[in-house]
Amino acid sequence: MAYKLSDFKTEVHVDWCPGCGDYGILSSIQMALAGLNVPPQRTAIFSGIGCSGKTTHYVKAYGVHTLHGRVLPYATGAKLANPNLLVIAVGGDGDGLGIGAGHFIGAGRRNLDITYVLFNNGVYGLTKGQASPTLKLGMQTKGLSQPNPNEGVNPLMLALAAGYTFMARGYAFNVPELVKLIRQGVEHHGSSFIEVLQPCPTYNNLNTRDWYGGLDRPDPETGRAQPRVYSLADTGYDPLLTPEMSEEQTHELLGRYVARTSEWGERIPVGVFLINRTTSTYEERISRRIPFYTQQTPAERVIADEAGRPTVDLSPLLAELRVS
Amino acid sequence: MPAEQSRLTWLIGGAQGSGVDSAANIFARACAFGGLQVYAQREYYSNIMGKHSYYQVAVADRALGAPRDQADLLVSFDAETVFLHARQVCASGGLIYDPKLAETPLERAAAMEERARTSLAHYLVDEQGLDETLGSMIQAAQARGVHCFPIPYRELLQKLADETGTALSSLKRVINLLAVAASCALLQYPLEPLLRALAAVFAGKAKVIKLNSRACELTYQYVADSFAGEKLARHLEPVETDQLRIYLTGTEAVALGKIAAGCSLQAYYPISPATDESSYLDAHALVPLKSPPGEPAKQAALIVLQTEDEIAAITAATGAALAGARAATSTSGPGFCLMTEALGWAGINEVPLVISLYQRGGPSTGLPTRTEQGDLRFVLHAGHGEFPRLVLASGDLSECFHDAIRVFNWAERYQTPVIHLLDKALSSAGQTLPPFELEGVRLDRGLRAYEASEGEYRRFAWSESGISPRTVLGQAGGMFWNTGDEHDETGHITEDPLVRDQMMEKRARKLQTAAQEIPEAEKFNLFGDPDAETMIVSWGSPKGAILEALEVLKAEGHSLSFLQVRLLWPLPARALEALLRRAKRRIAVENNYSGQLAGLIREQTGIKIEQLIVKYNGRPILSDELSEALKALLATKPGDSSSQKVVLTHGI
Repeated sequence: MAYKLSDFKTEVHVDWCPGCGDYGILSSIQMALAGLNVPPQRTAIFSGIGCSGKTTHYVKAYGVHTLHGRVLPYATGAKLANPNLLVIAVGGDGDGLGIGAGHFIGAGRRNLDITYVLFNNGVYGLTKGQASPTLKLGMQTKGLSQPNPNEGVNPLMLALAAGYTFMARGYAFNVPELVKLIRQGVEHHGSSFIEVLQPCPTYNNLNTRDWYGGLDRPDPETGRAQPRVYSLADTGYDPLLTPEMSEEQTHELLGRYVARTSEWGERIPVGVFLINRTTSTYEERISRRIPFYTQQTPAERVIADEAGRPTVDLSPLLAELRVS
Repeated sequence: MPAEQSRLTWLIGGAQGSGVDSAANIFARACAFGGLQVYAQREYYSNIMGKHSYYQVAVADRALGAPRDQADLLVSFDAETVFLHARQVCASGGLIYDPKLAETPLERAAAMEERARTSLAHYLVDEQGLDETLGSMIQAAQARGVHCFPIPYRELLQKLADETGTALSSLKRVINLLAVAASCALLQYPLEPLLRALAAVFAGKAKVIKLNSRACELTYQYVADSFAGEKLARHLEPVETDQLRIYLTGTEAVALGKIAAGCSLQAYYPISPATDESSYLDAHALVPLKSPPGEPAKQAALIVLQTEDEIAAITAATGAALAGARAATSTSGPGFCLMTEALGWAGINEVPLVISLYQRGGPSTGLPTRTEQGDLRFVLHAGHGEFPRLVLASGDLSECFHDAIRVFNWAERYQTPVIHLLDKALSSAGQTLPPFELEGVRLDRGLRAYEASEGEYRRFAWSESGISPRTVLGQAGGMFWNTGDEHDETGHITEDPLVRDQMMEKRARKLQTAAQEIPEAEKFNLFGDPDAETMIVSWGSPKGAILEALEVLKAEGHSLSFLQVRLLWPLPARALEALLRRAKRRIAVENNYSGQLAGLIREQTGIKIEQLIVKYNGRPILSDELSEALKALLATKPGDSSSQKVVLTHGI
């Protein structure tokens, strides 16, 4: 059955500020889901705390709005218990890379088949514009009384170090491209990380929609804006890492990865940066020990008969402890 | 065994990493294979190697449930053990030591606490007029009537090396076994059950079994040749029994309960003393299922997830519970501190979640490997805001098992977090028990909406009991939303004052429902003489020591009752009040500083429990120190202000 965009929309009033990048991300998630052919009830979306945390309430799928920074472990537990669920986690840059940074690394190391969409606007919006972990050193957005004294963390570099196996970056106001990235991320087997650059029209007065669009730097000849955001794919960048590749080829790709993810300011690449097919998913690792794991999931396990008697047979375990 | 000798307390000590645990494990099993019953308690430092640890194994022809202060036989192969424990040996008891260490001065016991060293120096020099050597400790013990047996471990090992052609250096690990064998020989215990214990512990390692068995035989021979004349007053005899028994620890009992309950995901972060439970579960991730005879054995999955921290542990378990799994986490105080925000999330979202909390000495890192009942007040209030939770405390290993099942039933029935309150003393207790029976066990999955229809289902629908039929992630027709914000019936955020009231009241009603539904027998136990003037009130692990003290006091003509509170929240205040009012004198016994249960009872019933016996030195309450303290209290008037709080201080 084909799904429509409306199948993934709730009636809940969306209360983000006008012009917020969240709208583009929400639409992209809903459109990506509609195109995936997975029933809404097989889909569970988890969110953290902050403006982005409300996303779950606007998507018609099981929606779990969790705690600040903890979206990934909640999502991990659900996916582990029912590996047949489609699990997407969403959250802000402060949520995921500040208070939740430990979980960001833990999830990457596991490589469970989930997709994490990070809404990156450089500020803590809902608490009125404090610097987030991604705001660059020396930037003074309007909620700050002085320039940011911390260097901003590079989410994609951190994701590489943590072990995510699909890394991409999108832009909130390039919806068609973002839909593709989310869809690719969901279809990827393993942990996918998608950083989405988004303006915060209320508190980030530096990295605005106009700034991303390059309105401040018109082409001297044509007078047209020269957008900062450009497509990685247009440069011929190949993100695929396969087991067949030589060490040299691997190093070449990782070198490109570092170079491209380090670009910021005048040119900001978006697209798929890495697809790593050289390692197993967490589900595969579990299945090696428990071959029936994905067929008889922990969540769906029948634990008692109709009278409530446990289905477990303790006798082999008790035999191990026997002393008579 | 003659009745007056029906309990033997065997104590082995040594540096951590030198095989104390495995020696005690072998001894306990050797006793069990001889039909005897065992209660063992392990004490150890937060340290990998070198600090002093010891294991007490109490043996009898009947069930035992608590450690004691006094030892009948002390088994040592290092100096520190003799220094620290010799004074615990009763006058007619025995002490096994390495004669090579006789000249070892106190200062050479490098890992010893300074306070203990100073106190021992005072004892040896000032009180006994001796020098500060191990030989003096032996001499002082002998002067008290203790039989001391030098066992030349090195010579025995050399003999074993020569006989078996093994390098002496590779036999160091056998010393602990020589100590066990020597103790068994001195207790005139037959070799056969000891050899059976070896075969069980080293199953599948034929060479190790052969070598160790030979080591035991040599030691038995040595003891027979060397100490023919000197006899221990106590001896150990196997007894005939046709009862099936298992030997297990508290963490294993909880783990088995979780397995029986159908727990299919446990998320944890390593922490003493809770980790052993998760390790056991992880080693049994393929759970055997009942299958009809003749059919291939079926199995189910139990996923054990080691997370990056305790916050991830509780939140992952919550995610799994939302997906429909029976899910749990297991931790200790510091870990539970980190979990509290997520506890509230599970509360407001009505998630069935089980938390096994093994209390240890607090606050902060406190005493990582020592026991305490310091977290009762904490678990009652953990998390900001108000939400329902149930708290159940187990008092022994059998309760550990059955309560571990019960808490899952409650979590799903009342759709809220349930805290299973345990402690280090329970976790590291080893005990022989009849194999657990699942005969009367029933699993209750609570109200579920299996046939929910899309568009109509409301996860948090109003209900009289406060409980709404639940769906799980992925279920067709049961879509819901969760949020840590206050929510409406569908689960979407609301700040509406009326809806807020309704939701607070709905959640609170579940606790009233639980209080009404849970049978009294699961809320508390009353032991002893129900009409006794004096009532002991306690909870959790002191149960064993209290029951033993009750027996001792009864034999001396004191009749007491013992009220063991199991359901700590919601506290069965009315029933407790009625019972408490029947007693003229009430004494609370708790392994904490302030008497937290006594305080809770006063808050909930208005009854002041006048006398407290507490202990907060990190060691479990010992049955003999408790009976002495009770006797002293009973000799005072109930209102005597000097006896309102008695602090127990024993334990090394």
